[in-house]
Amino acid sequence: MLFFILYKNFFFLKEINFFLYICKSKNEYQLKHRHVKTFSKGGIHPEENKFAHKSTLEDFPNPKQVVLYASQHLGAPATIIVAKGENVKVGQMIAKGESFVSANLHASCSGVVSKIETVSDFAGFKKQAIFIDVEDDIWEESIDRSPDIISDIKMESTEIINKIKECGIVGLGGACFPTHVKLMIPDGKKAQYCIINAAECEPYISVDNRIMIERGEELIIGACILRKALHLNDVYIGIEQNKSEAIANMTTIAKKYNGVHIVTLKTKYPQGAEKQLIKAIANREVPAGKLPIDVGCVVDNACTALAVYEAVQKNKPLISNYMTYSGKSVTPKNYRVRLGTPISNIIEANGGLAENTGKLVSGGPMMGKTIINLNAFTAKGFSSLLQITTAEAKRLQPSNCIRCGRCVNVCPMGLEPYLLSVLSKQGRFEECESEQIMSCIECGSCQFTCPSARPLLDYMRLGKNKTGAMIRARISQN
Amino acid sequence: MNMLQISGSPHIHTQDSSRKIMWTVVIALMPAFLASIYFFGLGALKVTLISVISCLLIEWLIQKFLIKGETTITDGSAVITGLLLAFNVPSNLPWWIIVIGALVAIGIGKMAFGGLGKNIFNPAIVARIFLLISFPVQMTTWPKVSILDFSGVDAVTGPTPLAIVKEGLKNGEPFNQIMNNLPNNLDMFLGNMGGSLGETSAIALIIGGIILLSRRIISWHIPVSILGTIVIFTEFIYYFFPESCISPEMHTAFPMFHLLSGGVLLGAIFMATDMVTSPMTKKGMLLYGVCIGIITVLIKVWGAYPEGMSFAILIMNGFTPLINKWLKPKRFGEKLTVKQ
Repeated sequence: MLFFILYKNFFFLKEINFFLYICKSKNEYQLKHRHVKTFSKGGIHPEENKFAHKSTLEDFPNPKQVVLYASQHLGAPATIIVAKGENVKVGQMIAKGESFVSANLHASCSGVVSKIETVSDFAGFKKQAIFIDVEDDIWEESIDRSPDIISDIKMESTEIINKIKECGIVGLGGACFPTHVKLMIPDGKKAQYCIINAAECEPYISVDNRIMIERGEELIIGACILRKALHLNDVYIGIEQNKSEAIANMTTIAKKYNGVHIVTLKTKYPQGAEKQLIKAIANREVPAGKLPIDVGCVVDNACTALAVYEAVQKNKPLISNYMTYSGKSVTPKNYRVRLGTPISNIIEANGGLAENTGKLVSGGPMMGKTIINLNAFTAKGFSSLLQITTAEAKRLQPSNCIRCGRCVNVCPMGLEPYLLSVLSKQGRFEECESEQIMSCIECGSCQFTCPSARPLLDYMRLGKNKTGAMIRARISQN
Repeated sequence: MNMLQISGSPHIHTQDSSRKIMWTVVIALMPAFLASIYFFGLGALKVTLISVISCLLIEWLIQKFLIKGETTITDGSAVITGLLLAFNVPSNLPWWIIVIGALVAIGIGKMAFGGLGKNIFNPAIVARIFLLISFPVQMTTWPKVSILDFSGVDAVTGPTPLAIVKEGLKNGEPFNQIMNNLPNNLDMFLGNMGGSLGETSAIALIIGGIILLSRRIISWHIPVSILGTIVIFTEFIYYFFPESCISPEMHTAFPMFHLLSGGVLLGAIFMATDMVTSPMTKKGMLLYGVCIGIITVLIKVWGAYPEGMSFAILIMNGFTPLINKWLKPKRFGEKLTVKQ
């Protein structure tokens, strides 16, 4: 670009300068004033496969035994406070989060605690778990089970945060970060934007869509509760364009409430990633190594907002989660399932595994985790169970990098996956650090796009792991 | 019941592959191939077939006997190199020179560096320049255009437009006479002029370029920056070094003339945009294109050779790793900086 300006060609200088200025600022102008918002860098368009968009939410029948892991959140596992043989009711606290970053756990079904043992979760990690033999469905008396919608928010900010902590609410987008910790803004930082993430950018998953259509008003009240906890007057709910019915419903309901803004987002993966969502809605970029609160934003998932409504207005702790059961050869379903339900129950209730199933995935096909252990149980943040066909899941033989640059074009964080994967493979972790490998959000866009089928994300994860360890070792030495 | 697969995310993949990309480029080269047969007859067909077959054969031989590994001739890259090499030579080139060219292109330009994706220099360009320097007479004796001539006789030869201009200036011919000897713009656009077999037909090359752009195999950055720089830089030279220009009156013909002659379109659309040897970021591609344009014009105006495109591309290929190192994409959350 500079070369054009260097030319001392008076006939073209002004026009060229003006043209460049228009190009650059046109992009910024469009981002600010466009009706549909998006993030500017990178992104891909995988097949949406939203087969479950029209499936109404169903309550999955309670199993005969629920197994609740003591650690269903980021942070220290909760301390178990019930003993074998004890009778528990639905919503009774059975494990208490003792440290600052932790969360409480409540019984999802009523019955008798039969044992407390270490089991493997669906990804193969060993966790302590409470087994409850289910008897009837007796709830704690203090929980309001009526279907009336309560829109008046009586509690103040501190009470709201305490109630959220008491009810064990964690981030239901998948990360399971304790919500009350996120709402407690550290000194020196200020929250300016309260954002609800209803983008649901991953293919197949449709739970946010269904709760917006069927329980939209409760979700909006939950959003209002969250903004009150942050002492703000506005809340922004970001919804991707492929959910037109949800956008219409939410926009109608939002008119009744002041300061609730429904933002339409362009359908592009990974729009639901926190940093990309903040860029689209608030037009701020979270710097490398920093958190959203450093740019004044707090982001919560749509299901979390609904859980917050139930906690604050109905005194109901987190005892169930919404999940999608989908795949190319599966009748799509959207369930509300009690925590601790065996995954095998869900699969069997839908006719077992299809013939062409290659992989079972918890979460979306781009960032979800492969299910290793079929004897696992649903937990907080388990937002979907996908049957990925053999054809979709097939890992092709990698060939030489043809230096097409597509991985660089699609990376939403502006990194160079072709370079980082080679550096990771060769063990050059100092260079990985200077090339910002720690900014990688592991969205998988690079590996999805690579025409040579190179395992870019696998190497990035290796690199992040080793570079992170190197950085921590360096910090602890100083 | 089959075993379920366990592997990391992402669990889905795009349908695109490097094989599809290569074969789409081959299809994009077909209009130029057909145009070459139309204008130059059987000789063009012969040269192209020999070139493609020798490239495939040499790659297969090297992979089977020297490297003793798997063969990759079906991925389409050797076919592309063969086609581009053929397009860069006159259609009356003896078959043994083409085979030597293929040997240099595949053997030295590609396999010696490690195969697909590892070469620094565009193999077809390496071979073309090697042949130009080693066999200057055969490489600069172009056949005259004879439409749909399938007799296989390439007896009549004639110069390219650039050669006409250079010769005319050397002989001190007046401007009008030089202009009369040049084919008119429409002829040059369609391809009715002397030159290497793939570089003459602008319309066929542009059709190929549109195919590549619509399939998102190349982006507009390199071709536009090369062609734009050539146009602007020739204006620049005219204003500041008018005595170097052929003549003040000729400069009015120059933008179109420079764009349609000397393999500029072939180079800008197919050779410089080669993924392996061009920069990875859009910023880098623009810088790369601008520098190629400048070097091409410098060689044309002040250099000994009538056409400078292939030398410019070769030189800038060498700079690509440096451009990749300097012009990194803007990181999310960081202000724009150029790495020192």
